[in-house]
Amino acid sequence: MLRATLNAVYVVVAREMIKFMREKGKLVSTLARPLLWLFLVGGGMSRLVSPDMGIPYTQFIFPGIIGMTILFSSIFSSISIIWDKEFGFMKEMLVAPVPRFSIVIGKALSGTLVSTVQALLIVLLYPLLGLDLSVSQILLIALVSVLLSFCISSLGILIATFYESFESFSVIMNFIVMPMFFLSGAMYPVKLLPPILEIFSRINPLTYGIDALKYMVFPEKRFLTHDFPLSLDIGVIVVASVVFVSLGALVFERRK
Amino acid sequence: MAPIITVQNLTRKFGELTAVDGVSFEVEKGTIFGFLGPNGAGKTTTINILCTLLSPTSGSCTIDGHDCLREASLVRKSIGIVFQDNTLDKELTAYENLLFHGYLYDIPKTERKQRIEEALHFIGLYERRTDPVKKFSGGMKRRLEVARSIIHQPTVLFLDEPTLGLDPQSRSNLWEFISKLPATRGVTVFMTTHYMEEAEICSNIAIIDKGRIIAQGSPEQLKKSIGGDVIYLKTTDNTRAMSTIQQALGLSAEERDGELFISASRGDACIPKLITTLSDAVVSVRLQRPTLNDVFLKLTGKAIRPETVSEGDELRQSIRSYRRKFDRGKS
Repeated sequence: MLRATLNAVYVVVAREMIKFMREKGKLVSTLARPLLWLFLVGGGMSRLVSPDMGIPYTQFIFPGIIGMTILFSSIFSSISIIWDKEFGFMKEMLVAPVPRFSIVIGKALSGTLVSTVQALLIVLLYPLLGLDLSVSQILLIALVSVLLSFCISSLGILIATFYESFESFSVIMNFIVMPMFFLSGAMYPVKLLPPILEIFSRINPLTYGIDALKYMVFPEKRFLTHDFPLSLDIGVIVVASVVFVSLGALVFERRK
Repeated sequence: MAPIITVQNLTRKFGELTAVDGVSFEVEKGTIFGFLGPNGAGKTTTINILCTLLSPTSGSCTIDGHDCLREASLVRKSIGIVFQDNTLDKELTAYENLLFHGYLYDIPKTERKQRIEEALHFIGLYERRTDPVKKFSGGMKRRLEVARSIIHQPTVLFLDEPTLGLDPQSRSNLWEFISKLPATRGVTVFMTTHYMEEAEICSNIAIIDKGRIIAQGSPEQLKKSIGGDVIYLKTTDNTRAMSTIQQALGLSAEERDGELFISASRGDACIPKLITTLSDAVVSVRLQRPTLNDVFLKLTGKAIRPETVSEGDELRQSIRSYRRKFDRGKS
């Protein structure tokens, strides 16, 4: 049982890694999105936003852009489950003598790996923004990235279990991913949101991930930095991860 | 011999629709079993239940003594499956597809490589092992799937429309390969097909229609059950020949389009007698034996037809290109 589980997790992760390594173009286009937001949106907005808020706007959105990288690459990675259903490979795994929850674990882990790598590539841009990060700060960012990537990947898997075809993709993008990004405190502090939207922010796991990243990027508390206690951030991410993974596994184990 | 697959009173409902309705049959070890029926008759549902993808509404089935519902993981270990739709990962190479399968079925490390290479030689794709599967033709993909389904040495192999959409040559190659499996590997083959001539290689056949088994037996038995052979006879004087045949041989003949039409259980043995009796009056004679297609037509009232492959393929093709566009644009 354990052996079968490990084998299956290995297959899922190895398969995703092979594809990740082979599709270099995909990596470039995935990294293009955060770069556009950071330099084009952030650069433009920084002229509008008054600079006396403690930190320049492009620096303020940096943790949010790291979070965005994780959000998109994790969701894309998990949603490959829908492609697998559509293109048949999922059946090959479902009839194999392996526990089905191992597919969920494998997908969550490969999503985590892929997203963390991409997030760290974005983190390395910090000198361009006039930030000064120490090695320990970068390591802590990496740690938070791992946790957040696992959480969002698990959420992606849970979403993917409800869809049978990729036609639902734009629904997922427009009604789940984009609102999650905008309501995460990535582009503006959560506390500036109208109360009704703040509720959505507070049930959004990405909010806590980005908040934790803000802690790591800006160790000193200022107006535009973190909104919640760090323990709450980490707690929410961990609990949400466990809930998402368990629900995903449960749905997978159930035979129709 | 003890049956390797037993299906008892299997029923599966999808809401109001009863896809499989009290189906029972057995498959003997080391044979090729054909499961035939028109589209939507319940074939794929039955296969999905047998290979543990679906659970039955009621009834039971076992494979190699393991219950498909309660001992799913043991059942999964002992079966290999080629689904109607391709389930290879087209981005991976042929070798990688087989390698991952090897991991999923926990083939011992010492044997993994050797078995995969042997399988690749067996299907004649060894030279192409490092090519991504998306570069393969339909026939090559099918062969690779069959190879994949046997590298873990299953006791039962399920083939759901393995030749759908293949050209005639690939089809006959594939069947040549499949028909050897029981003898060379001791595999029991459970197959569905729309091509009735392909079902001739089965030792036993069950015909399913509207979720129920309507006939079972060997191809010979089934053909006999709808009446024997038909002899078409042309004579110089059909009316006289008709009465002669009636009196001398006790066979009834009918005239159709200037030919006499005689039903006989063993047509081949009947022809010499006819010729002796009628001697010079015979102009031409031909024998027609019922085909499985006739059996099918008679029992279900429908000619069996392959699903419209082209449409499905087209759809899948457009899905693929759409997906590629999507991946490029959004990720």
